[in-house]
Amino acid sequence: MSKFQLDYVKKPIPAKVTMIGLVLFLIGAGILAAGFASDHVRAAFNMNIIYMFLLSVGVGSIFIVALEYIAGAVWSVPFRRVNEVNAGIFWILPLLAIPLIFNMHDMFHWTHKEAVEGDKFLTQKAPYLNESFFYIRSAAFFFLMILFYTLFTRLSKKQDTTGEGKLTGRAIKMSAMFLPIFGIGVTIMSIDWIMSLEPHWFSTIFGVYYFSGSLLTGLALLTFIAITLHQKGYLSKYINKDHYYNFGALLFAFTNFWAYIGFSQFLLIWYSNIPEETFWYINRMEGGWGVVSLLLIIIRFAVPYFALVAQPAKSNPTRLKFMSIWIMFAHILDLYWLIMPTFSKEAPVFGWIELSLFILPAGVIILVFAIGSKNKNMLPVGDPKLQRGLEFHL
Amino acid sequence: MNNKMLYSLAALFDSPDKIMKAAKTVADKGYKKFDVNTPYPVHGMDGAMKLPPSKLGYFALVLGLTGATLALLFMWWTTNVDYPNVIGGKPLFALPAFIPITFEVTVLLASVGTVASMIIFFFKFPNNSHPVHDTEYMKKVSSDRYGLLIEADDEKFNEAEIRALYQELGAESIEEIYFDEEETGWKPAVFDKKFIGFLVLLAITVSTIAYFIMNKALFEAPFDWMMTQHKFSAQKPTDFFEDGFSMREPVKGTVAKGFMPYLYTGQPDSAEKYLVNPSFPDDANLELGKERYDIYCSPCHGLYGDGDGRLNNQFPNPPSLHTDKVRNWKDGRIFHIMTEGQNIMPSYAKQITREQRWAIINYVRALQRAKHANEEDVK
Repeated sequence: MSKFQLDYVKKPIPAKVTMIGLVLFLIGAGILAAGFASDHVRAAFNMNIIYMFLLSVGVGSIFIVALEYIAGAVWSVPFRRVNEVNAGIFWILPLLAIPLIFNMHDMFHWTHKEAVEGDKFLTQKAPYLNESFFYIRSAAFFFLMILFYTLFTRLSKKQDTTGEGKLTGRAIKMSAMFLPIFGIGVTIMSIDWIMSLEPHWFSTIFGVYYFSGSLLTGLALLTFIAITLHQKGYLSKYINKDHYYNFGALLFAFTNFWAYIGFSQFLLIWYSNIPEETFWYINRMEGGWGVVSLLLIIIRFAVPYFALVAQPAKSNPTRLKFMSIWIMFAHILDLYWLIMPTFSKEAPVFGWIELSLFILPAGVIILVFAIGSKNKNMLPVGDPKLQRGLEFHL
Repeated sequence: MNNKMLYSLAALFDSPDKIMKAAKTVADKGYKKFDVNTPYPVHGMDGAMKLPPSKLGYFALVLGLTGATLALLFMWWTTNVDYPNVIGGKPLFALPAFIPITFEVTVLLASVGTVASMIIFFFKFPNNSHPVHDTEYMKKVSSDRYGLLIEADDEKFNEAEIRALYQELGAESIEEIYFDEEETGWKPAVFDKKFIGFLVLLAITVSTIAYFIMNKALFEAPFDWMMTQHKFSAQKPTDFFEDGFSMREPVKGTVAKGFMPYLYTGQPDSAEKYLVNPSFPDDANLELGKERYDIYCSPCHGLYGDGDGRLNNQFPNPPSLHTDKVRNWKDGRIFHIMTEGQNIMPSYAKQITREQRWAIINYVRALQRAKHANEEDVK
């Protein structure tokens, strides 16, 4: 066997990428701003979808980083830097929440005092569902996420120069502290920003449902960026089909996980048939939303399932890149299906405002990656596990 | 030695690099039936040996689809065809409820079936022993050497050529591996006539013994699990009394405490003459009458007394309650018919209490009035 020689050369991301990101971001933001000017309620709901999607990116990416540390994973070490850069989206997420905070009353029924007063459910939920506590929770979540993001990336960056193994040990301990906080935090965020749109609804599995989609989004973005970087020669020639296979297998596994969680939520509500739970599904199964629900099953589950089920498909870079984009699109559709029925009960709406659902997140993600990866090694060159990670074989 | 059948020619190598090179060369030379044995998995060996991707996945796919189809068909048949029953207000074919079961059966059949097909089709079960067992070659490759063997079945098999090839590749030692004499021409004993006969005999013997123990021996008194007891059982005749009944009839003319027997048994005219409806048709009374009527009367007489109930045409059709005859009957006559029955109509005395019978009569009167309303009623 030939001797291992790290062949990483630091290359900057071309300025063209930043430009594309900036253009997409400006177009998306322009559409959304025009939307706020013409129909601010609808634009606020769109903003909520975009916001939850970008939160998914951050949540999924930082979770993969922590998971890699705590599971002692080796194969994913070469791609950790990509996740760290993606998780940098946490810096701008609080800023993106500002337009939402100004439109709270248009989206969240429970923020209206007069609505809460005459309502037994809302009165009982008021100790949790009130505006000040809502902001405290979100602020605490972002504070903790940014704190751990900074700690993780600082350790990782320091290791680039020192190459100390004990830094990995510290990161593992931090991951152990981080993951329970993360689990509770994501559950709270999903309940606050999506589920409380329908404050009368009950579902105990909702946090996991959002988490499953978020993890899938994080994985899909990682897959797309990692494969693109590798094909353009930003990573190392050691990265091979077996790394790709793991991406494919994870995407496939968590597609099934999403379907499992989504179906669990539906089955229990369908079975017990209690009005305060079923109305949420009835809204989404009747009228024009029935089509969207069916499409969601096909787009989010059936297509990725059959596209990735075969063994060769899991390591085919073209298919993986296509399916990553597909899965991220499916997550936007999922969030649209979760959030939009509150805005228009009868039938789904799709107009020029909704174009921002795809353009703005794309712009933000590209910008975050292009700016975040500046002056950074794309491989964690100091990580002691890097060689084993690169020489990984199934 | 000569009557032994050659299975393969095997070579041992002392490093993973050599075995990789050997496997690559042998595959390049066009040998098909060859195998590599190493003490641990060597990465990239599949590629070096030019092995096609395993076909086992297709078995899993077919078996999984079979499992899903069978499970769904079975549940559809039991709940829709064989024993249709509404459970929990769900549709007969309640797909969401079937998904978990379908999923389980799919996984079960796919996993168990894949392992079974791997053993049967890929490992060629039932084989008692493989020729490489108990050879020097096997001992070495399971500890610290890397082995490669080319089977004698291979089209290009030529002992001298292969020996030269092994030497060239740097083999440490070369070994001929023969089939076990007992294994050549070996047939599975399962299909032996004697063995099958033995199995059949055993099955018959065991079944017979089990039958007698379970049905006869266990029920010999007094060790009969108290199956027969000297007590009166419901629906069973007794030999204690001459007439075979275990309960005695009360003395003729006995009346239960606080209960007035029906006085007009078999006397419809007296009943009509003397019986008077004791209830007043207020809201609650009519409500009760409607409820009882809908339960007990409507199957035959119809919801509105037209004689068009849902049992129509299955028995002789019942009469309408709106005929002049019924309308002119006094309440007592109708009460008598409900109590005793008439023609094919059985007695409802056991199902409907007296108060309820009077309430039904009030309700029937209301129905009749509604059918024959006067002009004045509208005002």
